[in-house]
Amino acid sequence: MSTESAPAPQSGTAEDVKQGPRIAVSALTTNLREYGLIIALIVIMLFFQYTTSGTLFKPVNLSNLVQQNSFIIVMALGMLLVIVAGYIDLSVGSVAGFIGALAAMMMVIWPLGIFSNPLVVSIVCLIVGALIGAAQGYWIAYHRIPSFIVTLAGMLIFRGICQALLGGGSSVGPLPDSFKALSSGFIPDVIGPLTLIPPTVNAAGKTIVGSGLTLHMTTIVLGLIAVLAYAYFGFRTRRKREAHGYEAEPFPLFVVKTLVGSALALFLVFQFASYRGLPVVLLVMGVLISLFVFVTKRMTIGRRIYAMGGNAKAAQLSGINTERLTLLVFINMGVLSALGGLIIAARLGQAVPAAGLGSELDVIAAVFIGGASAMGGVGQVIGAVVGGFIMGVMNNGMSIMGVNVDWQQVVKGLVLLGAVIFDVYNKNKA
Amino acid sequence: MTSTILEMRDITKTFPGVKALSNVNLSVEEGEIHAIVGENGAGKSTLMKVLSGVYPSGTYEGQIVFRGQECHFKGIHDSEHIGIVIIHQELALVPMLSIAENIFLGNEHATYGVIDWNANEKRTKGLLDKVGLKEDPKTLITNIGVGKQQLVEIAKALSKEVKLLILDEPTASLSEKDSQALLDLLLEFKRQGMTSILISHKLNEVNRVADKVTVIRDGRTIETLPRKDISEDRIITSMVGRSLDDRYPPREPQIGEVILEVKDWSVYHPIHAERQVIKNVSLNVRKGEVVGIAGLMGAGRTEFAMSLFGRSYGRHITGEVLLRGKPLDLSSVSKAVENRIAYVTEDRKTYGLNLIDHIKHNVTLANLSGVSSRGVIDDMREMSVANDYRKKTNIRASSVYQLTGNLSGGNQQKVVLSKWLFADPEVLILDEPTRGIDVGAKYEIYTIIARLAAEGKAIIVISSEMPELLGITDRIYVMNEGRIVGEMAASDASQEKIMRAIVRGEGKKAS
Repeated sequence: MSTESAPAPQSGTAEDVKQGPRIAVSALTTNLREYGLIIALIVIMLFFQYTTSGTLFKPVNLSNLVQQNSFIIVMALGMLLVIVAGYIDLSVGSVAGFIGALAAMMMVIWPLGIFSNPLVVSIVCLIVGALIGAAQGYWIAYHRIPSFIVTLAGMLIFRGICQALLGGGSSVGPLPDSFKALSSGFIPDVIGPLTLIPPTVNAAGKTIVGSGLTLHMTTIVLGLIAVLAYAYFGFRTRRKREAHGYEAEPFPLFVVKTLVGSALALFLVFQFASYRGLPVVLLVMGVLISLFVFVTKRMTIGRRIYAMGGNAKAAQLSGINTERLTLLVFINMGVLSALGGLIIAARLGQAVPAAGLGSELDVIAAVFIGGASAMGGVGQVIGAVVGGFIMGVMNNGMSIMGVNVDWQQVVKGLVLLGAVIFDVYNKNKA
Repeated sequence: MTSTILEMRDITKTFPGVKALSNVNLSVEEGEIHAIVGENGAGKSTLMKVLSGVYPSGTYEGQIVFRGQECHFKGIHDSEHIGIVIIHQELALVPMLSIAENIFLGNEHATYGVIDWNANEKRTKGLLDKVGLKEDPKTLITNIGVGKQQLVEIAKALSKEVKLLILDEPTASLSEKDSQALLDLLLEFKRQGMTSILISHKLNEVNRVADKVTVIRDGRTIETLPRKDISEDRIITSMVGRSLDDRYPPREPQIGEVILEVKDWSVYHPIHAERQVIKNVSLNVRKGEVVGIAGLMGAGRTEFAMSLFGRSYGRHITGEVLLRGKPLDLSSVSKAVENRIAYVTEDRKTYGLNLIDHIKHNVTLANLSGVSSRGVIDDMREMSVANDYRKKTNIRASSVYQLTGNLSGGNQQKVVLSKWLFADPEVLILDEPTRGIDVGAKYEIYTIIARLAAEGKAIIVISSEMPELLGITDRIYVMNEGRIVGEMAASDASQEKIMRAIVRGEGKKAS
């Protein structure tokens, strides 16, 4: 109980009235924040497109970009929930490394018979990831040990186990091709390719690789379906809001937004289709991103996580079981770290002791660049994904430009700091 | 011959929209113990904040004359410099530092930033002797009890060469024995010639040590009583003597059967396991009835309500709760909510709202299943619920998308109320529902309470404002030091009666 307090300053109706027109402005600025991030990503991409003389948007490079960064994005989805819930997880890189090592040992070294099948191994690995998340989450949720400390311990522990499993400094591989497809595979073209421009045939009667234009039609069809679904659901939500008499964003804004979004998506789809189609890992990522957007925006459990991060005591007193929710958030993080580990191992084709080393920082940076608050309660899935891509494009672009790895770190650090300063400045201004 | 050490003349302090103090006069003589009494919110603490410079010179009107000189304090530092030291109810000690470190915090014996620990500890020992505390100066604050911590605060004050010692509710969280020891210490200081101001609402204590009593009510000095006129009855009349006008909506109670019954409820402090905070409390509330729980701050009312509501407070909770005669499981908040019990917190910012989220999300938080199916939220349904409650409780905001952190206190309170109304409770516990909100919003809250009672809900209102309880309740329990010390129909009750029940309860314990 507080001391007898002086009568609180009366913030009367004048203030409320003043806030009247602010709603329109605030709706615009929150949208600007989200669009701003996407615009920033596009600007960064165009910048590197220019400085790398057009290499960045080359179909093969786009595929590379996705395959290199997918594990960061996948783990960022889990990290977003962790950070929104008001915690942090430093162990994800080590857990990913450990799971990669476990998967390699199961598939290559240990005599497990049919259990060394890549699918079985992957499922076992995801379950182990869930158990790791549960073990860490248990101490955080039920014993109130700061997540920073628990997961710092986890970071040391699982990196150690990873290295021990692989027997010191050695790497274990090669991994089966069917497993590697998770990272480096492309979806099969069940419809069949469409050749628009036949490849050039040289004098020796051989086709020149990369010439001509053949489209991966399954990719095109999937892309069209996705874009149409995006437009349809956007339109339906809008109609529903209007039917209930609630203000929706202005129609022209909606049209422009939908058209620009669709055009960008179709452009990327076309680029993928003209190479080898949609990377498997991009599909996995797409499904996961949609799932997490739905969970955070539409489901009660998502809402509860935001409430817990915004004010844990108030959430608790509203009947939310904050302990169990915390545990679930960390189990989810464990599963996604495990998936990240599998993706890394599949891309490298082998398990190495340093797999995922330091990636927790990239993952956390992606979430913060995406606008999440370190205090919890604020952050969007799309933000984290775009944040992850911003980091990825900068890595990729600077590598192509030949920027030294040391300086890449400096630039990434500055971008992280700049993004957060921008956020804080915006918030104080509002 | 005594001389006046402190004179505060015509002090007026205005907060936006509220006059906290108007023309308060206080005159303290050298070497006396001057008590200031008044209800919660009467303005005692505000007056002391003016005196100690928390509200700097210029933010209030009036004059402060200390030892013959007019003072313009710009901050606490200035007032401490000339020997006015205030010890707040909430102790300002750093728990993980030692007694010596705390006493000389910011005031260390040091040369060029290097602390001379021997000198510090030697002086600490001397100060501890003065206040009669036998502890090693190296003992950490966290390892000594609240009573001893209070003594450390006083020792800290002595280290600053105090001329006028102000104690704000010094015994509020002390046991009877520690309180007696503290009062004895005050008397000892008086013999040594020190002047002190004691702010208290424990009239038996005031009676015991004060040479003069100044009564403050509604931000005004009512009177200053000399020693010979001090009596509890006299002080009580003076403290509460104001009339009730129609600040409360009219209501015709339709009271039905008993809905909630609590029997022998006992709770222990969550950290100090040996301290029993709630002692065998039994009460009941009927359908359509508004029951008040009166008491002073620290009486244990909030602790009682929170321990009841999903065991959100305390340990070793024992007792029985019956809902319509059947035993009720309230072991978690979600069970309490399922059983249609709601608790609207006294501290809406800390326990009631997610301030960084908007009205809509806050309103539905306690009953998300009401706007969702199979875990998926129906946005349109949520929207209409939020708009509905915004109208019902008259939340003044531009839309339900306004962040609750930007609302005024009254509107925030309405959001919290809406949240719990949407959870559709049968029993509603309102803890200080009008704290810190303006008169107009208060009336709106009272109207909502009256409407809910008319709908047949059972309502418990915890309030430190006695007129409010008299104005809106049907029956009043008086709580003091964790016990129910009185029960009365609101029609028979008066502020004097409530205050008497509190004081008698305390008197009984002291003897």
